[in-house]
Amino acid sequence: MAIINHEAALARAGANVSGFWGQSAFLARRYPLGAVGAVIVLLFVLTAIFANVIAPHDPLSTNSRASLAQPGGSYWLGADFMGRDMFSRIVYGARISLAVAVGATLLGGILGVAIGLMSGFLGGWFDLATQRLMDIMQSLPLLVMALVMAASLGPSLENTIIAIAIPLVPSVARVVRSSTLSLREQPFVEAARAVGMGELRIAIRHVLPNTLAPLIVLGTAQLGSAILTEASLSFLGLGIPEPYPSWGRMLSESAAEYVRTAPWLVIFPGVAISLTVFGTNLLGDALRDILDPRERT
Amino acid sequence: MAKPNTPVIEIKDLKKHFPVKKGLLRRTVGHVYAVDGISFSIGAGETLGLVGESGCGKTTAGRAVLRLVEPTSGSIKVEGTEITKMSKAELRPYRRQMQIIFQDPFSSLNPRMTAGDIVGEPLLVHGVANTKERNEQVAALFARVGLRTAQMSNYPHQFSGGQRQRIGIARALALGPKLIVGDEPVSALDVSIQAQVINLLMDLQRERQLSYLFISHNLAVVEHISHQIAVMYLGRIVEHADTRSIFTRAQHPYTEALLSAVPVPDPAIKRQKRVLQGDVPSPVKPPSGCHFHTRCPYAVDRCKVESPPLREIAPGHHVSCHLR
Repeated sequence: MAIINHEAALARAGANVSGFWGQSAFLARRYPLGAVGAVIVLLFVLTAIFANVIAPHDPLSTNSRASLAQPGGSYWLGADFMGRDMFSRIVYGARISLAVAVGATLLGGILGVAIGLMSGFLGGWFDLATQRLMDIMQSLPLLVMALVMAASLGPSLENTIIAIAIPLVPSVARVVRSSTLSLREQPFVEAARAVGMGELRIAIRHVLPNTLAPLIVLGTAQLGSAILTEASLSFLGLGIPEPYPSWGRMLSESAAEYVRTAPWLVIFPGVAISLTVFGTNLLGDALRDILDPRERT
Repeated sequence: MAKPNTPVIEIKDLKKHFPVKKGLLRRTVGHVYAVDGISFSIGAGETLGLVGESGCGKTTAGRAVLRLVEPTSGSIKVEGTEITKMSKAELRPYRRQMQIIFQDPFSSLNPRMTAGDIVGEPLLVHGVANTKERNEQVAALFARVGLRTAQMSNYPHQFSGGQRQRIGIARALALGPKLIVGDEPVSALDVSIQAQVINLLMDLQRERQLSYLFISHNLAVVEHISHQIAVMYLGRIVEHADTRSIFTRAQHPYTEALLSAVPVPDPAIKRQKRVLQGDVPSPVKPPSGCHFHTRCPYAVDRCKVESPPLREIAPGHHVSCHLR
């Protein structure tokens, strides 16, 4: 199944689409907002990968003389109460926050897709049971569910990802199930059945690709709420354990106390979170269009 | 090998009843008698036109023949082999023998696959794994149905309705089937395109000795392509004969009514129109006796109690009516 290889179609549109750079340039011109999103996301990913090169200070080392240092000087974005460099902490925090956000969204997405597809395809009692379970899960707020999960699993990076992923499952399962229900009755699915294709293969080849558009939109939205949920969990001591930097906890632990006296402690992690969410949303919107053959000509 | 006189497909007393479920416990409270005991057979290179109003069960009949819906009872024989009770795995080799073309050229093609992939898919499922070999076969199919091979990398939305229907035909041909079920294959097309597609289907039939089960509500189209015609009403075949007999000596009052609804392109010809009153009764509670008695202009008391059997009133001409 070809997803990105549409050189012929793009070439007809009069674009230079030879090779990766040509295609990227073409897509960037066609979806400028998506390009902005891609650049933002790429920036954060690179920051996370090269955190040890970029960060000027050790994000964990404290310095009592620099406590609540203002931005400027050797502390570009200031320092927190314990004198830890904010810039370095944000740079390192990219690792944890992106790992949690991407990990939780992917895990929740995979589980949700599996449950939604099975629910839609098998129907009957399986469908009824899983959907009522999803109802129960959706009736609880995301944070409450994540809290219960995190409290029973204990604080660590992996457990935080799981704790945030599970509550994301129902909405994905719902979206996939409802499109599956309508797609499995489509004549093109019947045609696949008529040639003797197995149900599992039909689900993966014919149904899943056609649920992609709502999934991408949902996924990018969930990326943002995963970061925010992680912030709340960590603030409550159930997420990423101290002293490792996560944007969410940096934001939430200083919000109440220092927002008047040292606002940079709140502003910069907040900017990092917002930018990431903003970037993924822009990228997601563009991806949805790029991956849809109907939008391409 | 099939014996020379074995029909490509032979249907006996095929029934499909859909249960109507209600309430919390999903209890079955009744059935939709979509297909209620139909029989026919189609020989090699022959076309059976299956006609009737919408809701009479002709589409379900087509689906049940291919076992895309599981028949409730009855027998389906493909070249003499009983396939009604076969498991999915056993059925697979017989799937190659019979394919389907759909009415809606838009929803019948996966919008996210290229036309080439769509046509190549049956080959992939049936073990033509070599990409180059598959592409060659797909290219040949494209050429045969009148599409350019350069269009193989295009997506369905880039084609017109008629071209899409050609893609659907190419997909149905890919496995070299003996029987193709056409479920209103031209009803969604413009009249000029209809003729092209019908001609393509007839050329292919001559070339490959294909058999068609051609489902349609359009008698004019059916007359052109069919060798025999079966008229369905509420899940049953009410008249079945060769095309000429149906159009010249229709016996069943329902067939007469259908024929009188076909427009004649000559305003000088005055005909007595028989316009049926009322709607098709619900297939959940079909009328007693002859299903057609509620709308039949000739109905007598006997029609309300006794269901007329399908009788042969002339060689090859079967009618289900007490009055003939």
